[in-house]
Amino acid sequence: MKPKHQRLLTLCAGLIGLGIAIFLISIAFRDNLVFFYTPSELSKKTIHPQQHLRVGGIVVTNSVTHDRDNVTFEITDDIKTLKVAYIGLLPDLFREGQGVVVEGHLSEPDVFQAETVLGKHDETYMPKDVADRLKEKGLWRDAR
Amino acid sequence: MKVTWVKPRYFFEVSKVLFPIFIGLGVFFFAVGLYTALLTSPPDYQQGDAMRIMYVHVPASWMALFAYALLAFLSFFVLVWRSPLAELLAVSIAPIGALFTVLSLVTGSLWGKPMWGAYWVWDARLTSVLVLLFLYSGYWALYKAYTHTDQGIRAASLLALVGVINLPIIKWSVNWWNTLHQPASLTKLSAPSIHPSMLLPLGLMTAAYIFYFFILLILRARTELNKRKLLIQESLT
Repeated sequence: MKPKHQRLLTLCAGLIGLGIAIFLISIAFRDNLVFFYTPSELSKKTIHPQQHLRVGGIVVTNSVTHDRDNVTFEITDDIKTLKVAYIGLLPDLFREGQGVVVEGHLSEPDVFQAETVLGKHDETYMPKDVADRLKEKGLWRDAR
Repeated sequence: MKVTWVKPRYFFEVSKVLFPIFIGLGVFFFAVGLYTALLTSPPDYQQGDAMRIMYVHVPASWMALFAYALLAFLSFFVLVWRSPLAELLAVSIAPIGALFTVLSLVTGSLWGKPMWGAYWVWDARLTSVLVLLFLYSGYWALYKAYTHTDQGIRAASLLALVGVINLPIIKWSVNWWNTLHQPASLTKLSAPSIHPSMLLPLGLMTAAYIFYFFILLILRARTELNKRKLLIQESLT
């Protein structure tokens, strides 16, 4: 066997082994790699009262109430809904029907006290007049 | 397998012809691309004018991934066949790839502040791109850590190959895990979620970035070759 063939074999074997290792690791840590849980995922988990976590979902239409700086709203993943309380400024993309990620802890079993609200954008890009026309025709699908 | 044709000399002969063409096309695509991206294309229905950052952010991210794939491919030839041309090109690509990665991270973060409400979040997509930057800098550090470059290049090439595992992680991080970063708008299997009026400037900017990449690559490879020739001359005298 020529040296270069030996190098080729060693390298391929090493890389395949490494690939398998990384694959197994990423499966094992699957749960820890998520940036946020959805409300229904959250309800299945055992959460410590002061545990810091992030929850993501769509802001329920007509659920937003402002009281000076205090904002409350509900987020949903179409299965479960979670009440969120927040004090502070909301990002530009925050609106009803839009995805958000909230960071904080559960203050009561079903109320989430958020310290940060992050607007989540979807992958759709279009001009305003196109969006308006789609809405008029009733072809608009909810931002998801 | 005889691979005598992959000699640096042939590459430089071909590049001499291609270089002015690339410059011309690069200038053309940047001019038309920036004009359509910044002036004639419509603002987004939700993000307004901030979405124009996408036209510089997305091609930069694509090029960062492309450059790494190329670097890993060349590293394979360096390790197995000890190809001098592959070595020359790999060493020239690494800093260019790092440049595109930095550009992607910076523009993304400038978009993130107004849109998400945060410059940076530790989600899977952002973190894996940061790891890509560390891989590029690790490659360079290893390459430069040895007195003899032929030792350095082997250590660095091994790192580049190991790091390939990061590419699919970056690509599919937005599908495998919940991330704050949005999933891909352009996929092979479905119609794009970007309106054609916005797809055009994105395409033009991508073409501009590709030519810019190859212009930089040819320039860096030439410099690297001349540097090595000088070193050999010095050691002879």
